[in-house]
Amino acid sequence: MRALLALLLLLVALPARADEIIGALSQNSVELTASFSGSEILIFGAVRRDSAAAATDDPAGEGFDVVVVVEGPRQTVAVWRKERRAGIWMNVASAVMASVPSFYAVASTRPLESILSPEADAAFRISTRQAIRADLAPENALFAEALLRIRERTDQYLALGRHVHVDRDILFRTVIRLPANLTEGAYTTRMYLVQDGDVVSQFRTAIFVRKDGIERWLHQMAYDQPFLYGLLALAIALGAGWGAAALVQRIRES
Amino acid sequence: MLVYLPIAEVSVNVLLLLGIGAGVGMLSGLFGVGGGFLITPVLFFIGIPPAVAVATGANQVVASSISGVMAHLRRRTVDLKMGTVLLVGGLIGSSLGIYVFRWLTALGQVDLAVQLSYVVFLGVVGALMLQESLRSWLRSKTPGAPRRKAHQHNWVHALPFKMKFRVSGLYISVIPPLLVGASVGVLSAVMGVGGGFIMVPAMIYLLGMPTKVVVGTSLFQIIFTTAFTTVAHAVSSHSVDILLAFFLIIGGVFGAQLGSQLGTRLRGEQLRILLALLVLAVCAKVAMDLLIAPTEAYSLRVAGRF
Repeated sequence: MRALLALLLLLVALPARADEIIGALSQNSVELTASFSGSEILIFGAVRRDSAAAATDDPAGEGFDVVVVVEGPRQTVAVWRKERRAGIWMNVASAVMASVPSFYAVASTRPLESILSPEADAAFRISTRQAIRADLAPENALFAEALLRIRERTDQYLALGRHVHVDRDILFRTVIRLPANLTEGAYTTRMYLVQDGDVVSQFRTAIFVRKDGIERWLHQMAYDQPFLYGLLALAIALGAGWGAAALVQRIRES
Repeated sequence: MLVYLPIAEVSVNVLLLLGIGAGVGMLSGLFGVGGGFLITPVLFFIGIPPAVAVATGANQVVASSISGVMAHLRRRTVDLKMGTVLLVGGLIGSSLGIYVFRWLTALGQVDLAVQLSYVVFLGVVGALMLQESLRSWLRSKTPGAPRRKAHQHNWVHALPFKMKFRVSGLYISVIPPLLVGASVGVLSAVMGVGGGFIMVPAMIYLLGMPTKVVVGTSLFQIIFTTAFTTVAHAVSSHSVDILLAFFLIIGGVFGAQLGSQLGTRLRGEQLRILLALLVLAVCAKVAMDLLIAPTEAYSLRVAGRF
């Protein structure tokens, strides 16, 4: 709440300009530790509207929307298609998507199609479809559609219409749930102020996701010293296997 | 209670992992199979990437085999000499298998290859074993029926380089055990299994070893083959997840002890009938997946993430 207040003060102190959006996150970093099971990020902020413009454009004083996008690190993904060959279902064709987000959530005050013009969506790359536009080439269209379908089903790509709440015409907030199977990296967070189908202001920040504690240690070792890591895996197996046998033997003898 | 796995990069339930480990460990102690042929598909099913499932499965098999072998060593039912010969073959096969695995991964056909080998090997081995064990079980129930000889002389006994295996009571050429070891080694690397389900019947029917030493000897050699596979996967594809293996192992080692106790109360034929049925059940399940149209024809593979 204090952060929100500070934000409001900042907004009031801003030089008088037309509509503006400014935001913040409940946390800037997420640590992937052994007990990590997903994380909820509160994204909040405020909208400053030029009163004169608001009054003339929109006497009711309502017409603005907020869109919040959280985008995970981009990755290269191969999409394979199975077909029946000689009675067996096997991978027969594939397309490589050079750069698609590992996570993508779009939250908005109202469903995106009803508040954003296709031109503005394309210019700012807001919807999921625009985010993977480069890989939506006609020859790959079926594969890209499959990517969207699969990632929407596994909740990696989320479209959250009516998920941003506006208070007193100034404050907005939304909660985005990051899933348990997160990838490390920077999750860029964009906030857009939308009016009459167009983006009038935007604000960017980021959430840093990284492994921590034993996860970080093991992951680094697996890649930096793979041989030692393999031996460690064996040592654990040897210790546990021998230990259990000895323990059971002792229990039976006593 | 969820735990985030650093290599697999998914979050799974700890109790589920302990349960899977315990169940598979029990089979391991009971039948002398590492249990890899069960654990790899199960891990795949709960959402672990296939490559991580294969490599980590091998690591878990090391632990449950050690636990099982300890119990068998106390009962003196391990033929160390035969085990060593099988092992030499196994290591050669295993290093070959790692290359096959990487080649198949590059082709995008590793899933198919693994599934097909499951169907073929499990199907053939299961059917042969079921037929033979049922027959000898029926024979043992009818008193006065002619007993089969301890082992029959066939082409295996005509090969050179003969060696005496005292514990097994055999005097045979080292070539068949080497070949058996090598072919199981290849499978171990490609399928993430110890290969016990092939090793056990091969030892009984091909090498003519007595059933009571087969389980311990199989486990003995599986320890080393899977240990080698684990390190090789860790080095070549960084796909061993120690945290995942840890929970499977904790469940597995105790399960293995339980299984080997249970094994002493069951007769050899009954044990073999049960193992044959289990092998056939897994075979049928994998075959169904290949033959029935999938609900989603597309699948994703993230570069650099198995």
